[in-house]
Amino acid sequence: MSLDKTGIAKRIAQELRDGWYVNLGIGIPTLVANYIPQGIEVEFQSENGILGMGPFPFDGEEDADLINAGKQTITALKGAAYFDSATSFAMIRGQHVQLTVLGAMEVSQNGDIANWKIPGKMVKGMGGAMDLVASADNIIVAMMHANRAGASKLLKACSLPLTGVNCVRKVVTNLAVMDIKDGKFHLVERAPGVSVEEIVAATEGELVVPENVPEMVLDVVRC
Amino acid sequence: MNKVVNNVEEALQGLQDNMTIMLGGFGLCGIPENSIGQMVKLGIKGLTCISNNAGVDNFGLGLLLQEKQIKKMVSSYVGENDEFERQMLSGELEVDLIPQGSLAERCRAGGAGIPAFYTPAGYGTEVAEGKEVREFNGKPHILESALTADFAIVKAWKGDTEGNLIFKATARNFNPMMAMAGKITIAEVEELVPAGELDPNEIHTPGIFVQRIFKGEKFEKRIEQRTVRQKS
Repeated sequence: MSLDKTGIAKRIAQELRDGWYVNLGIGIPTLVANYIPQGIEVEFQSENGILGMGPFPFDGEEDADLINAGKQTITALKGAAYFDSATSFAMIRGQHVQLTVLGAMEVSQNGDIANWKIPGKMVKGMGGAMDLVASADNIIVAMMHANRAGASKLLKACSLPLTGVNCVRKVVTNLAVMDIKDGKFHLVERAPGVSVEEIVAATEGELVVPENVPEMVLDVVRC
Repeated sequence: MNKVVNNVEEALQGLQDNMTIMLGGFGLCGIPENSIGQMVKLGIKGLTCISNNAGVDNFGLGLLLQEKQIKKMVSSYVGENDEFERQMLSGELEVDLIPQGSLAERCRAGGAGIPAFYTPAGYGTEVAEGKEVREFNGKPHILESALTADFAIVKAWKGDTEGNLIFKATARNFNPMMAMAGKITIAEVEELVPAGELDPNEIHTPGIFVQRIFKGEKFEKRIEQRTVRQKS
């Protein structure tokens, strides 16, 4: 069975490492914060100006001056810090943030990403996405394998306006985990019950399939 | 030096049609709502507004959009605003979309006397069109120029009569850089105190960047996305 959004978030959470500062984009990436493996400490950065972002506030305790990059009301954990937008992007461009997780409309086999504009249909702007993908060493894309029309989002080349070039290293979808290297997708893991054939059929870009493709293990409790 | 003006009317004196105005804030957080209200009242038109977002339909810069007072928006993200989208698609409104970090740095550079800088953000995308590309350490970067404005209007939590400012939580965002980049910077604050009452160790924006300061009459502080959890 393919993963739901929560499943994708759980799988990405397994990529977190102790001591990392992490920037989570809007949508599925935000859910990753709910599944931090036991025994490790990570700190979330939101590019509007906070390190040490905590959970949503209790009803009645929300503060209009304390939001995340998705404009949602949040809380600050002990040890949090606030800063201005230039400092925030100094953290990002300066590679002080170890992991960026974001959504995408398309990803290409050489690691290009498109996620900010559909010409003539949707022009909301790139926000911080272009700065994030241009600078981070470690970028994981969280998305569904196909778009709403059923077309593959893992392509030979992106058709939509690009957000960044040659920057995505890993993609986690409802069907699979794939690494991107040498201009190809490399199948790493499949979602529980999903066959290699299904993944190959759903991937338009070139996909390297190793002999053995293990099934993802979710809900592991790590100590 | 005393920077205090009595009210928003005095603060916005000299703000005219066709000027370039920077406005602090991220979403509806930390926006100078009193000044925006006054700009609507004054009916100033043909404005170029530099602001990370464009408000929502009936709040923030959305109020100026509704009255068609904005000719051009310079922003990083403009979703959540139907009137904006309509004006943009119909060609009534010019829009320059800039990566958020580049926007912040361009404002900072404008205030810091740095005419331009290289950044990797936007390389290989339509943002890079027409811009100089140069490789540093094997990685391509694009040249982005500084931004300045006739007026920068910022919102702070506390300010003193010298124009020193302290921001609250994530309402800081673009306000400090924009304060630096305005030919005339106006600060509207929730609390205005005499010089000496703010701890100099805790000042975010030194008063040298602020020409006029006033206590805002009313702060609605609207929340764009109210997300809460229940006590179990």
